[in-house]
Amino acid sequence: MQEKRDKLAQWQQKLEQGKARFPERKAAFETSSGIPLQTVYTSLDLPQADEFSLPGEYPYTRGVQRNMYRGRLWTMRQYAGFATARESNERYKYLLSQGQTGLSVAFDLPTQIGLDSDHSLAEGEVGKVGVAIDSLEDMEILFSDIPLDKVSTSMTINAPAMVLLAMYLVVAEKQGVEWSKLKGTIQNDILKEYVARGTYIFPPEPSLKIVTDIFAFCADNVPNWNTISISGYHIREAGATAVQELAFTLANAICYVETALAAGLQVDDFAPRLSFFFNAHSNLFEEVAKFRAARKLWAEIMRDRFGAKVEKSLLLRFHTQTAGCTLTAQQPDNNIVRVALQALAAVLGGTQSLHTNSRDEALALPSEDSVRIALRTQQILAHETGVADVVDPLGGSYYIESLTGQIAEKVREQLAKIDGMGGAVAAINAGYIQREIQDSAYKYQLSVENKEQIIVGVNQFTIDDESQPELLRVDPAVGSEQKQRLEALKSRRNQEAVENGLAAVRLAAERGDNLFPVVLDAVRAYATLGEICGVLREIYGEYQAKDLV
Amino acid sequence: MTPIRVLIAKPGLDGHDRGAKVVSRALRDAGMEVIYTGLRQSPEQIVLAAIQEDVDIVGLSCLSGAHNSLFPKVVEGLRAKGAEDIVVFGGGVIPDADIPGLLAAGIEAVFTPGTSLEEIVSWVRKRVQKNHE
Repeated sequence: MQEKRDKLAQWQQKLEQGKARFPERKAAFETSSGIPLQTVYTSLDLPQADEFSLPGEYPYTRGVQRNMYRGRLWTMRQYAGFATARESNERYKYLLSQGQTGLSVAFDLPTQIGLDSDHSLAEGEVGKVGVAIDSLEDMEILFSDIPLDKVSTSMTINAPAMVLLAMYLVVAEKQGVEWSKLKGTIQNDILKEYVARGTYIFPPEPSLKIVTDIFAFCADNVPNWNTISISGYHIREAGATAVQELAFTLANAICYVETALAAGLQVDDFAPRLSFFFNAHSNLFEEVAKFRAARKLWAEIMRDRFGAKVEKSLLLRFHTQTAGCTLTAQQPDNNIVRVALQALAAVLGGTQSLHTNSRDEALALPSEDSVRIALRTQQILAHETGVADVVDPLGGSYYIESLTGQIAEKVREQLAKIDGMGGAVAAINAGYIQREIQDSAYKYQLSVENKEQIIVGVNQFTIDDESQPELLRVDPAVGSEQKQRLEALKSRRNQEAVENGLAAVRLAAERGDNLFPVVLDAVRAYATLGEICGVLREIYGEYQAKDLV
Repeated sequence: MTPIRVLIAKPGLDGHDRGAKVVSRALRDAGMEVIYTGLRQSPEQIVLAAIQEDVDIVGLSCLSGAHNSLFPKVVEGLRAKGAEDIVVFGGGVIPDADIPGLLAAGIEAVFTPGTSLEEIVSWVRKRVQKNHE
């Protein structure tokens, strides 16, 4: 050991002499999270504890399975949805025909906020960032000719997640598919909505109650469904660093577990169905280290803090999406390269599923051509590069192992701080997490302004006279079309059944019963999303953000 | 000299407010008084806030694609209340093809992804000074 240290010291001396004559590109090098970087890493930098760790074994730093992608590749899952259920259904069938292996549903904003398409606030938003779903009827169209026992479906839905999952379950019923055969995920991560994504409805307390209802109902009835996808993705998009992304996500995860335990659930009954969702940014090695650190930290938290016994409770399984906020409107084809490198980080980091962004997303919703290139990027990684042939191929790299350890340490510090504040909800209520994210976002923007951070095509290597490529446009008639269909449904359905369904939802909410069974009945009677959420709004109230800048 | 007063607003249901908040801070660091509305504001609420807060200029941010229906409503609302002296500008994920229509509707500048803070700050300053002359 001493011999190594002496040798390194000599080497460093020569390095400094060289630097005196030829200064380096920057005075200091660091990752996006501000972790200072050495010129080189050696065996002296390896953390001792993980010296002989293997994939599929505690603490799972190296992966959640023993053979990872040698068994099955990650799920290629492109987030998609726009306009009406019929148009989105066509896009899904196209994606499946192109070799995509899972669906990922994007809902429009009114749907995400529990408003029907005919609500005044929905004006201009219907079908824009995702598909508009007002009732079971729309959901039946969305999945028509797609056998639900043959696909896995991820739904990016949070505040009204229970209603949309209920619709999905009823569509399965109608297709004759047993609920136990359903595979998929609802995002259902309300806490990050308050700090980063903005599609909240109710205040944190009743929202967490709904989340717990879903955990409990699915544990008994939909055993293979991932009941939550605890998301760092949007926290990162809002400006957080890699360390903050991980810390705030885990803080939220801890809160969900604590809430469920407080409601009387057993940790090993629901923890195996918790899943995660992270961002893959451009700093390749930091991202790989982040994913590795995430698995290790979660295993520690579940085992040591919550006393989980079942192995599946300890596994951090995650979906990854490449970083939308790194895409540039300038020279958009360059985004193909950014996405490829970010996707590589996700795969080297051991992701379970992946969405690759399309090159034109800084301009509009992606066109079909752009989506195909994004999917092909994953297929090239999977089938041409060999990166999927060895598990955790960067494991043992002095740099990666050191960075993994440092990220984990910084995340532990941040988690201790949030614990000290009383947990995630208290930290959100105090505006702490929002402020931390905002500070990082502003700092980053200033670094772009002063060119410490070079963005190719934006603040360097620019070209004049750029013309935009052909963009997808959502037909503005979608809004009125959707409204008409909603009106037709309302005149056709059994109004008494709807009233009874909504009354049952109200009663269950007032009593504090599990809402899932009554929401299912209301959905079966074609009560609309807006009607069901409207009843809950009356009882739970609406969250009022305290936005400070 | 009294500082320039700015309202930064999020019309519609879009929850992406990183840009709105970063721009708010940059304007404040440039010496302006900035009020941020928070999310989910209707055009009517924004018009009312602009008048109540007696701002010189309103910046609208939208990344959901609803800009064509929402931005012009703010300009119309201000005009209807006799507050046409309040300048309106906007930003977000807005295709080039939509910009001429927004300009024609009275949104005086549209800043798209990649715009530098400096460009926004200096445009706001010049535009408001021009109004005061």
